[in-house]
Amino acid sequence: MNLDFSDDQKFLQEEARKFLEKEKSISRNRSVLETESHADQELWNKIVDLGWTGIRIPEDYGGLGLGHLELCVIAEELGRYLAPVPFSSSVYLFTEAIINYGNEEIKKDLLPKLVTGEVIGTLAVTEELYAPSKSNIKVSSKNNILNGKKIAVPDAEIATHSLVVSKSDKGVSFQLVDLSSPGVTIKHQENIDESRGHFSIEFDGVKSDLVGDENSGWELYETLINQAAVLFSYEQIGGSQAALDMAINYAKERYAFGRPIGSYQAIKHKLADMYVALTLAKSNCYYAAWALSTDSSDLPSASATARVSATKAYQLCSQENIQTHGGNGFTWEYDCHMYYRRSKLLSLNIGSLSNWREKLVTSLEQSNIN
Amino acid sequence: MDFNDTPQEAKFRKKCRDWLEKNANYKDGSSKSEDFANKDKLNDAKAWQKKKYDAGWAMLHWPKEYGGIGASSMERIIWANEEAKFDVPKGIFEIGLGMCGPVMMEYASEEQKERYLPSMAEGKEIWCQLFSEPSAGSDVAGLRSKAVQNGDKWIINGQKVWTSGAHFSDYGILVVRHDPNLEKHKGMTFFFVDMKSPGIEVKPIKQITGGSSFNEVYFTDVEIPDSQRLGEIGDGWKVAITTLMNERLAVGDAGGADVEDAFRWAKNQDDLGEPLLNNKAARESIADWYCEKSGLKNTKLRTMSALSRGDTPGPEASITKIVSAGKLQNIGNFGIDSLDMAGMLKADDADIKSFQNAWLGAPGMRIAGGTDEILRNIIAERVLGLPQDPRADKGVAFKDIPSGNS
Repeated sequence: MNLDFSDDQKFLQEEARKFLEKEKSISRNRSVLETESHADQELWNKIVDLGWTGIRIPEDYGGLGLGHLELCVIAEELGRYLAPVPFSSSVYLFTEAIINYGNEEIKKDLLPKLVTGEVIGTLAVTEELYAPSKSNIKVSSKNNILNGKKIAVPDAEIATHSLVVSKSDKGVSFQLVDLSSPGVTIKHQENIDESRGHFSIEFDGVKSDLVGDENSGWELYETLINQAAVLFSYEQIGGSQAALDMAINYAKERYAFGRPIGSYQAIKHKLADMYVALTLAKSNCYYAAWALSTDSSDLPSASATARVSATKAYQLCSQENIQTHGGNGFTWEYDCHMYYRRSKLLSLNIGSLSNWREKLVTSLEQSNIN
Repeated sequence: MDFNDTPQEAKFRKKCRDWLEKNANYKDGSSKSEDFANKDKLNDAKAWQKKKYDAGWAMLHWPKEYGGIGASSMERIIWANEEAKFDVPKGIFEIGLGMCGPVMMEYASEEQKERYLPSMAEGKEIWCQLFSEPSAGSDVAGLRSKAVQNGDKWIINGQKVWTSGAHFSDYGILVVRHDPNLEKHKGMTFFFVDMKSPGIEVKPIKQITGGSSFNEVYFTDVEIPDSQRLGEIGDGWKVAITTLMNERLAVGDAGGADVEDAFRWAKNQDDLGEPLLNNKAARESIADWYCEKSGLKNTKLRTMSALSRGDTPGPEASITKIVSAGKLQNIGNFGIDSLDMAGMLKADDADIKSFQNAWLGAPGMRIAGGTDEILRNIIAERVLGLPQDPRADKGVAFKDIPSGNS
């Protein structure tokens, strides 16, 4: 029985923490939030130098050839330190899709460049102000020529490539596109966490390459996000822990009516509830990490379970951290809002809480839990 | 990460399972009531405990001389996992073995340990815990039952309450106030007492479920020899804390109707002409309960991982009762409400019964062994390191502490 990370993995996590602490990742997040930039290119370059973008890329393609568990511990630290970099878009989604679904030619071309940072990827799915589905995708990829518009695409400005969920008369497919191609127009869209820019991408007769089968795009997308959900969940529990720690420290130092606010049960019970939600989420993440790393048949329910509980935990921890800080928590100056914003970003990228609850119950119906 | 036993653990598990298969039957899914007021059930439980004792499984982590086999924590868990798969009576000895045993082990004389521990392990003698009082619930240290020393004896007067199993117990552990002029936590002393002593009267409490698993216990001039004092005079609270820590470990999952039951029920129950499982609100509730249940299960696996490595587990297990008792109550409500107006009716259907039992029993689970509120305080103070509340009873003689009307 060993539902825990190995010593090597824990060491990697410790090194990641030291690095992000030294690089003042949280201050960097604030800078990106407060300026016109939409990602921290310098921090990203340093992350590339550490090899994190190639953790899962096989050694034959210049990567480290490690497993998902190594990625989980890195994700937890990126979440804890609010790293304003396109890691989730490029690594959990784009790179994983290329590793899993790319043909040899695409792999040979892109994987080494993903390791060196020459290529950064993202995933373009949403088109309207509601959830995308197999039946409502409109961006066309007839004869591998893209036409149409995607919105709310994270990190599209810093990205060089995108995988686009699109539709032709043969069905829904994944199309790979070089974002510097003629006919691509990328526009910034104001969003609620500007430390990670979101963009619209218009395609006007853009040449693209098919990834996977011509009518399997939606199924590939579902499989991809089932795996990525575990990594997103690790970012979410890292952020939840940071928000909880911040609230605890404040509750010990802030006095009201002659005593620390943390000595009042109204605050204690709030913080205890945050701890309970986080502990449940963390334990579910461990199990999902195991399921992901062993390609278990439990993965769909395990990842949805981790995702639902991690989303709930981060939502609770980030909003109640503001509440614990009182008026200070509502100021721009305090960091509370940065966790609040990031919790929303992470809970919406790859689909909302309500969507993931539905995925969970569907997976229970399929496996018939009784 | 893996879920495999180490070779040693696997060998031990096989040994447990082999013995259990020879001596008991696997559970068949039908739930059985454990009403130990029923003499037959009590005798069945005692017989099973005796069988385990003779084979060395009764208290496997205890030293050999008191009837154990000196097993590790991991081996204890493996045994418990395996035993849980079999249809055997349990529950009745948990307080004695889980709470009274450890205190006797730590504070009783060698002679007393040899006299009492093996027969406790064997199930020959049953023990109960006499702590709570009408005016001392969450604030157990507010207890008022009096002990007055008279030569080599103590005379006890007062009342205990919420004593599980007092009506069939042979011995009890008891904390009482020997000096109300001292500060609250300093004026208590700890004993063990023969429940057949003259002056002890046990009265069952009828619960909102209609059942009676708890009792009031009245003490009128009950004599206890000083040799049955555990710890020094005035150390009662320190000794009690040892027991309460064990209680919080022992009180775990609430049990009863769970997410699988809600799921199965929702598949078949009508909701305005459609299966209830098609209802969005029902689906969201089931998703959330499944996350809670999995979260607790995986938290246990993390605790076991630490034990398996020989490490001390973290504080994660402290969340078990808060989460499972609340979930039990919500699932009870869900099942009953799904029947609409007919939810009022008591029914023979096993599922409906289990939802009604969950709904009526859950309020007790949210209180017993530390209320939701006390458990949140414990998490906040001991796990998160928040400061204690200022207290009106600090540095004051017990007799001068405000006590309202209670």
